[in-house]
Amino acid sequence: MRIGEPQLRDNLYAATRTIRAKRAQVVAEVEDWEELREAGRAIKADAMRRLDALLEQLEEAVTAAGGRVHWARDAAEANAVVADIVAGHDAGEVVKVKSLTTDEIELNAALAQRGIAALETDLAELILQLSDDWPSHILVPAIHRNRREIRDLFARELGIEGLGDDPEELTDAARRHLRQAFLRARVGISGANFAIAETGTVGVVESEGNGRMCTTLPPVLVTVMGIEKVLPAWRDLEVFLQLLPRSSTGERMNPYTSLWTGVSDGDGPGEFHLVLLDNGRTRVLADEVGRDALHCIRCSACLNVCPVYARVGGHAYRSVYPGPIGAVLTPQLRGVPGDSDDLPWASSLCGACYEVCPVKIDIPALLVHLRSRAESSDPALRVMGWAMGGPRRFAAAQKAGRAALRAGVPVPPWTKGRDLPPAPPETFRQWWRRTRG
Amino acid sequence: METPILETCVPVRVALLVTCLVDTLFPQAGIATVRLLERLGCEVEFPPEQTCCGQMHRNSGLVRDGDALAARLPELFGGYDAVVAPSASCAATVRETTDLPVFELSQFLVGELGVEDVGASFPHRVTYHPTCHSLRALHVGDAPLRLLRAVRGLDLVELPDSTECCGFGGTFAVKNADVSLAMLADKLRNVRATGAEVCTAADCSCLMHIGGGLRRTGAPVRTMHLAEILQS
Repeated sequence: MRIGEPQLRDNLYAATRTIRAKRAQVVAEVEDWEELREAGRAIKADAMRRLDALLEQLEEAVTAAGGRVHWARDAAEANAVVADIVAGHDAGEVVKVKSLTTDEIELNAALAQRGIAALETDLAELILQLSDDWPSHILVPAIHRNRREIRDLFARELGIEGLGDDPEELTDAARRHLRQAFLRARVGISGANFAIAETGTVGVVESEGNGRMCTTLPPVLVTVMGIEKVLPAWRDLEVFLQLLPRSSTGERMNPYTSLWTGVSDGDGPGEFHLVLLDNGRTRVLADEVGRDALHCIRCSACLNVCPVYARVGGHAYRSVYPGPIGAVLTPQLRGVPGDSDDLPWASSLCGACYEVCPVKIDIPALLVHLRSRAESSDPALRVMGWAMGGPRRFAAAQKAGRAALRAGVPVPPWTKGRDLPPAPPETFRQWWRRTRG
Repeated sequence: METPILETCVPVRVALLVTCLVDTLFPQAGIATVRLLERLGCEVEFPPEQTCCGQMHRNSGLVRDGDALAARLPELFGGYDAVVAPSASCAATVRETTDLPVFELSQFLVGELGVEDVGASFPHRVTYHPTCHSLRALHVGDAPLRLLRAVRGLDLVELPDSTECCGFGGTFAVKNADVSLAMLADKLRNVRATGAEVCTAADCSCLMHIGGGLRRTGAPVRTMHLAEILQS
């Protein structure tokens, strides 16, 4: 992977440190945090085991509550479903809640092809949309942009003169730009953090209130949800609504939690569509080790502690899912051999991601699993493995290695920035034989 | 841990899992481990057929090669009261692949022998780097720090951002050399900021990385394995 520019690395260092510290503080105050993590893991594992039945139960509950459920095998099917719904209401414009899933299927581009403008209403997503850029972080998608860049962008794209780079002023400019669109739009589009099979309830958690606007103001709401987001029961929210905000924004509770069950007369949208997206997820599910990646609740805690992410930046992961979770999710979701084989190697296996994951996804174990699945056959390592198969071969290899070391043979990627250790006068086993033999 | 080994076995018969890296490149860490354990009353044996635990192969996705190496361990190391390694990452691997009672050195000393003051004297300024696998795979906690605090004359200085990975990561250091070196640069900056003469850790692999960077940049800091300080 390529290392990021110094400015990017400085931005990421500062930003991830801030979120890290906030997370650590609010996690430390929860006495049963480890039990909560274990509960989160267990609920997800259970949901994955009976995903087929839960999804049918969800469909039934959503339908009973007046919503409509659509099943989409891949991005093209999902995009077509959404575009047809929007076109069916003669809407030329939709307002969107920040949603990784719709980014994954590139919904905005698909809608544009049908002449429909999709307006991102999350501040960071709006910044990216106006600059034709893409997310580099799950929670803070424009983490790679600084406020001066944003001021220039808003001044240019929104036609505001004399705009300062104070965050409040920038937010205010975005708010004024978006408010008209919220009131005008006839279709709102969202992703989903959770969907409850038992009740048919769909939920979105967010900070800015734009999600609440999108899911309540327009008369039609379309939610695109990865099938792995389903939870069995209403009471499961008790666990996830504690785990997610503390892990994600480092808050005890996020400012807005919107939960809706089908449609209600005179309250919110009169028409609700839920698009259930597979797009590679059932393939991930078929891998008994790799499937744990589907437990992810998109909190981004793993990004904020990852030493590799902080140095390469989110775009290096070439997917809407960056960082450690992206490194295990993207190759599996895409399922194309050779497409993202380098991602599982983008880790020193330091384990910081596993330590903070609210649903205890053992990301280092998954990385190693994917490395083995790619069947990389490193010739040097194979030879070493053979040489280590017995003490004689091993002693011979030690001798050769020490001779190379004494001769100063360079080992290019290593010696690029580190010296090799000096060769010791004897190996440990020679010392043992000499003194104890 | 249940009952500490010391309470059930006297003297404690320890098999040294020296690790391929220490055996080949850092024998002084292995020798110090033997002397230290013997000084504390353990009977130490070195099963001579041992080679490598297979960690590097497993972590590189060569599962079968790694498994083949791991499969040799139960026979070589069975029947001892404890298997002790001067390495947290190798101990973690062996713990994962076998049922052997394996411990990293500091974990064994503090948790099993119940010792914190090993009678060492080391009048130098030292900083301690908690390696990722000692911290997050084996959970040795503050065992190394307790041991270091009890060393006579030792001035222990806290390493800033100590829990950050040094960028070694086995084959990561060569496969993603640029990222690895960027991580190392930050670690070196923090090590130098302590003003320590010695940087110590529970793993020679990470010390090889940090030490290689220190030598390359001409920094006046040496790397020493924990065992070498505790045996002094």
